[in-house]
Amino acid sequence: MKAFEVIKPGFFTTIQDLGRWGYQMYGIPVSGAMDRRSLRIANLLVGNDEGEACLEVTVYGLELKVLNDTVIAVTGGDLTPLRNGEPIPMWQPIRVRKGDTISFRGPKSGCRAYIAVSGGIDVPKVLGSRSTYVKGKFGGIEGRPLKPGDIIETKEPTVDILRVLARKLPEDFIPKFKPEVNVRVVLGPQDDYFTENGIKTFLTSEYTITVKSDRMGYRLQGPKIEYIEYNIISDACTRGSIQVLGDGMPVILMSDAQTTGGYAKIATVITPDMDLLGQAKPGDKVRFTQVSIEEAHTVLRKYEEEIKKIKEILQ
Amino acid sequence: MRAQSRLLLAGDSCIAMEFGNEISPELNRMVRRMFFLVKQADIPGVLELVPTYRSLYIYYDPLRIRLEDLKRKLRELERKADEVELPPQRVVEIPTVYGGEYGPDLDFVAKYNNLTPEEVVEIHTSTDYLVYMIGFTPGFAYLGGMSKRIAAPRLETPRVRVPAGSVGIAGEQTGIYPIESPGGWRIIGRTPVKIFDPTRDPPVILQPTSDYVRFVRISEEEFHRIKRLVESGEYEVSIRPLREG
Repeated sequence: MKAFEVIKPGFFTTIQDLGRWGYQMYGIPVSGAMDRRSLRIANLLVGNDEGEACLEVTVYGLELKVLNDTVIAVTGGDLTPLRNGEPIPMWQPIRVRKGDTISFRGPKSGCRAYIAVSGGIDVPKVLGSRSTYVKGKFGGIEGRPLKPGDIIETKEPTVDILRVLARKLPEDFIPKFKPEVNVRVVLGPQDDYFTENGIKTFLTSEYTITVKSDRMGYRLQGPKIEYIEYNIISDACTRGSIQVLGDGMPVILMSDAQTTGGYAKIATVITPDMDLLGQAKPGDKVRFTQVSIEEAHTVLRKYEEEIKKIKEILQ
Repeated sequence: MRAQSRLLLAGDSCIAMEFGNEISPELNRMVRRMFFLVKQADIPGVLELVPTYRSLYIYYDPLRIRLEDLKRKLRELERKADEVELPPQRVVEIPTVYGGEYGPDLDFVAKYNNLTPEEVVEIHTSTDYLVYMIGFTPGFAYLGGMSKRIAAPRLETPRVRVPAGSVGIAGEQTGIYPIESPGGWRIIGRTPVKIFDPTRDPPVILQPTSDYVRFVRISEEEFHRIKRLVESGEYEVSIRPLREG
């Protein structure tokens, strides 16, 4: 079904799901949503499987014309979503009708909103995923951000879409995105390339996200991290890897992380906290707190249990 | 007796098994041995393997397998690593047109090394290059084994656009640009073969676990003939078993 026509693509809008797994050994990044929890919940709200493809809207400016009656949900950062110019609630299913206009006025909190549509967005899977990887020019629509005139198609919903309209996410599960982010990290794999002092600086300082930040990685500015050596024999990188460049500044690799790299990685952000970073924007502040691998796994278990609970509540 | 590998944490869902800290075919062979052992063991909760120069990265789901259990399994497998029979190694032939508009830096590389362009091509096409790993961009192979006699520094200012298929030299490394991208390598030639194509599975014609690359010189006419075949999906690269020694 034709769901939307793109009137204005906005700053940067792409189709994303939970990523393209299994091809990192060929140099293909995982990609996928920057804030995965918000994408999963958006899908659950409209009766989709949690991993269906959604629109990832960055900051502002997207405008869509609804081509057929359907149900959508908007989650993630509050970019002031509007229907025909009137604010619409987030984190709940919304009935939209043919001829409606959906637009985003700009960020109140967070950086990226997710629009799920009943049935899920239908673009061909490339290597098992619908996620757009712009640098590689594949996935989504022709491997690029949306442009005016694009038609967003959806698959046939598997549930009665009018019945999902009663779904509402309890307030407790709605995240609050702030311009100061505290993320937890597990040290390694190359923490031994840094001095004790360097690790202390990293764990006690505040860093600012610079404008040199995109879906591939965020370059940070702040106190210089002292290293013994910053070059390594190139090895693998992952979403959450924190590389330190020659100038002592950290870079956090995000969803489109390159699969390998030659900078020493001081630490890795734990999976649940990557969602918070996905909602951070240039100018926001980041602090790092060390956790043990056992703590990291406990946090991850709770994170997944919470989503399971949301799934149960919404059914 | 080989030293035991180091197990390094790469976040909450990935660990690295590191066999040493140098670029050598021997260390890389250990990585490949472990790659096949872990793959064959088909451990529930292990999601994805990424072989690199001297380490194997193992993605896992900590909610399906406890890290301690995974580590124990990896150690068990490692003890068997020396007995593993690796699959036969292959040489993938990459037809390449050298010089001219396809290789604007061939003359520089020649002059820099006091060779003629002809000699550079001869040296470049006379080696089977080991694919140590693939990464950085989709399909980019880190190749080993280039002769120091044709080494050349990177460009001071990278080019904004290097065409897909460009064959270049940077320091003592040689490589192929799988997609059009910016780049600072000295470009000496170009292949019409699509190294990377997301509509294929696997999407890359080189395997990071068994392959060597051999550049084969072709003419400009041949380049265009192969390019047409590539575009109509009728071209297949020639692959032969590696001759040891």
